[in-house]
Amino acid sequence: MNPAQGERAALVFLVLAAPLPWLVDSGTLVHFGIMVFQAATLGQAWNILGGMGGQFSFGHAAFFGAGAYTTAILQLRFGVDAWSGFFAAILAGAVVALVIGLASFRFGLRGSYFALVTLAFAEVLRILANTLEITGAGVGLLLPLAPGLERLQFADRRGYYLLALFLCAASLLVARAVAGSRLGARLVAVRENEEAASALGVDPFAVKMRAILLSGAMAASVGAFYVQYFLYLDPHIAFGPQVSVEALLGPIVGGPGTVAGPLAGAFLLQLLGEASRALAGGATGANLVVYGIVLILIVRFLPGGLAGLARARAERAGAGS
Amino acid sequence: MTLLGVEHLCVRFGGLTALEDVCLAVDEGEIVAVIGPNGAGKTTLFAAISGFSRPTAGRIRFAGRDVTGLPPHRLCAMGLVRTFQVTRPFADLTVRENIAVGVHLRHRSPRRARALAEGVAERVRLADRLDQPAAALTVAGRKRLELARALATEPRLLLLDEVLAGLNPAEVAEMEPVVRDIRASGVTILLVEHVLQAVMRLSDRVLVLVGGRLAATGTPAEIVRDPAVIEAYLGEGADRLVTAESPRARGA
Amino acid sequence: MVDPSIVAASALHGLATGAVYALVALGLSLVYGVLHIVNFAHGSLLMLALYGVYFLHERLGLDPYLALPVLLPVAGLAGYALHRWVIAPAGGARDENVLLVTLGLALVLENLALVAFRSDTRTIETAYSFSMVALGPALLPLPKLVALLGSLVATLVLWAIVQKTDLGRAIRAVAREREAARLVGIDTRHAFALAFAIGTASSAVAACLLLPSYYVSPQVGHGFVLIAFTIVVLGGMGSFWGAFWGGLLIGVVESLGGLFLGESLGQIGIFAIFIAVLLFRPTGLLGRPL
Ligand SMILES: Nc1ncnc2c1ncn2[C@@H]1O[C@H](COP(=O)(O)OP(=O)(O)OP(=O)(O)O)[C@@H](O)[C@H]1O
Ligand SMILES: [Mg+2]
Repeated sequence: MNPAQGERAALVFLVLAAPLPWLVDSGTLVHFGIMVFQAATLGQAWNILGGMGGQFSFGHAAFFGAGAYTTAILQLRFGVDAWSGFFAAILAGAVVALVIGLASFRFGLRGSYFALVTLAFAEVLRILANTLEITGAGVGLLLPLAPGLERLQFADRRGYYLLALFLCAASLLVARAVAGSRLGARLVAVRENEEAASALGVDPFAVKMRAILLSGAMAASVGAFYVQYFLYLDPHIAFGPQVSVEALLGPIVGGPGTVAGPLAGAFLLQLLGEASRALAGGATGANLVVYGIVLILIVRFLPGGLAGLARARAERAGAGS
Repeated sequence: MTLLGVEHLCVRFGGLTALEDVCLAVDEGEIVAVIGPNGAGKTTLFAAISGFSRPTAGRIRFAGRDVTGLPPHRLCAMGLVRTFQVTRPFADLTVRENIAVGVHLRHRSPRRARALAEGVAERVRLADRLDQPAAALTVAGRKRLELARALATEPRLLLLDEVLAGLNPAEVAEMEPVVRDIRASGVTILLVEHVLQAVMRLSDRVLVLVGGRLAATGTPAEIVRDPAVIEAYLGEGADRLVTAESPRARGA
Repeated sequence: MVDPSIVAASALHGLATGAVYALVALGLSLVYGVLHIVNFAHGSLLMLALYGVYFLHERLGLDPYLALPVLLPVAGLAGYALHRWVIAPAGGARDENVLLVTLGLALVLENLALVAFRSDTRTIETAYSFSMVALGPALLPLPKLVALLGSLVATLVLWAIVQKTDLGRAIRAVAREREAARLVGIDTRHAFALAFAIGTASSAVAACLLLPSYYVSPQVGHGFVLIAFTIVVLGGMGSFWGAFWGGLLIGVVESLGGLFLGESLGQIGIFAIFIAVLLFRPTGLLGRPL
């Protein structure tokens, strides 16, 4: 499978998955689908910056949490409607991205340094959320249950399923548009060799800023979705390291820098997670043990992720024919 | 008309002076070569001109403007582009995608960029490798790719840092007309080269850099005859070598 | 106004915590200085060591300080093996890969602990847990004083190993000039793994010194790894004394910050330092590389 085929396969997968909850009556399936789409969208956000642009963030929770808290606070404390809250959340993600991006890329932070700074930013936000009153401090925020499309809440979980699927599809299309654009070409060039790119007229700072803004906004939309779905939020859920880890796992496993990779990775990981939880008798942490092992194995044996595997197979088949 | 002017350029790294009071000018349409022993400061000169390092002192003028301190991408947009002595391909990308990054400077559309990349690849004789990964290229291929990417930005001035180094004589012979064609298309060229025979055949003027200072300038013929140059750089017997290897002597 | 003796006591507490931080950070810094890798699993290894101390005490009644001779070789071997057979082979060329592998390791270790030991916070009680020592105007719990002095001794030993032994010389040679070291016949893979082993072993020492006045839980490493990163960055990646002074400084800042600003904001202070140093002086404020 080449990248273009992978993209098409991912889109077809989403189209086919859309009616599934109406064909198979299973709450487990619906929840599983929501988790996959959510992780895939978050992963796609990471992928644009980390996979295409090579800027490995270890703090995508900063954007996710900013989005989640923005809509939750606006709804709870300011009586803003959920839809406006949703768009405000996306904006908030972009603002946090602007701050982190300006701070790190202006000073030319790369590699491990960038990873550490993003991690620290997420931690600062977590501690702030844990301290401030407006965020409900350590207690967190609980949104009132009030189903209705205008409030972006659904009595039927399948509504969330479709919403998550829509977000996932949108993120895929955005990623595809980026990958096929001049920005995408320049992002990859910056990833491969920043100095060579700048010698060819690419402004690495501008390119990375665009990527992080897009990435932050996208990750924030997932945070906003999370709030609508679970109606509860606390500092650890929003800004904890597990969000940042989830953001990077999918694309790394699925194929960093490819459009279809985050979805493929998210699907596989959720599947493995469910299986390991079942095997370990529901013990918390069992899925993360498996994720850690998968991460190590992928980096060691399959640095291109699942997409790399598919590409290698296609090349072998092509060479054979 | 003077395209590039370097005035009293100094570059220091801590205590080490890599360039000391270097002045030079390159006219539009020229091919000018910079030669000098290892560590003379040739690459440092290119880095300073192309905005990769800030000069400790001195000015750079390009196309009538003072461009000292501008970042590389701005200079590239103005038409001043460099290649790297140690090639830096975008290893994960194909040759076409590599070149397209350069094309993108002046063309937004990716489809057009990929199409134009083909024309550029033909100019440097890389057309048959367009869809190979850059990582698979040989040394000669990588040198060509460096050249192609730079060319793709449609420059007015091309700084070539040892694009012939590491090539065998046949490959060098193949690259010479490529460089000449580029000049014929209206691009001014400043090149650093160790392959002296090629320098002699290609360039209109030669600058000799020794220990960070400009030791001599002149036509290739003058340079080869300059006893100071022979003493400082070419070493004993070098003039004989150059004459013997010159095209006429080989009957080419 | 805050009573000066409380401030003094708080600073002294901070110094004691800071000395342990310094020890943990020294392990991280050594690994960074030699291998140029950022080891995310460092905190998880400390966590494992803390569980080691805990169970040796609970099951075998072994005093935490006497657990050191047991844990030290175990931790060293584990560190060696982890680097040689897990981290090094997966690391490859990009330093991001090492980041990912050590992150994966951290995930595995931390969550294995979670599955095995649950998320309970555990402490141990010893005869001296609550003994206090008067130091000038301030009272310090005995375990804290031991941690302070023990960390200082361990730091000196570590310094002596790095500076004065053949092992240390080999490691430093590899840190500076990989190729050259290989050419003069140093087995670089072995040297790298040894550096990692020493880094892990210093965490084991920290664990023994820490537990009597601290606690252990699967997530305990988190806080440490971030603080240790801050210290390493503050002290200059790979700098020995930089990490040492950075550790003491952070310990005191944390303690006094907590006293004056409340615990959470005190922590934010640490991250603010972290981010500011990374942005403005990524080479660090205090030291030179080893
Ligand atoms: N970033 C740097 N920091 C410190 N010293 C440098 C740096 N770059 C170059 N130098 C030193 O400056 C001097 C000139 O180096 P430069 O690379 O310009 O030489 P060169 O003429 O291109 O040599 P070669 O023919 O080997 O390519 C050398 O002594 C080199 O060691
Ligand atoms: Mg050079």
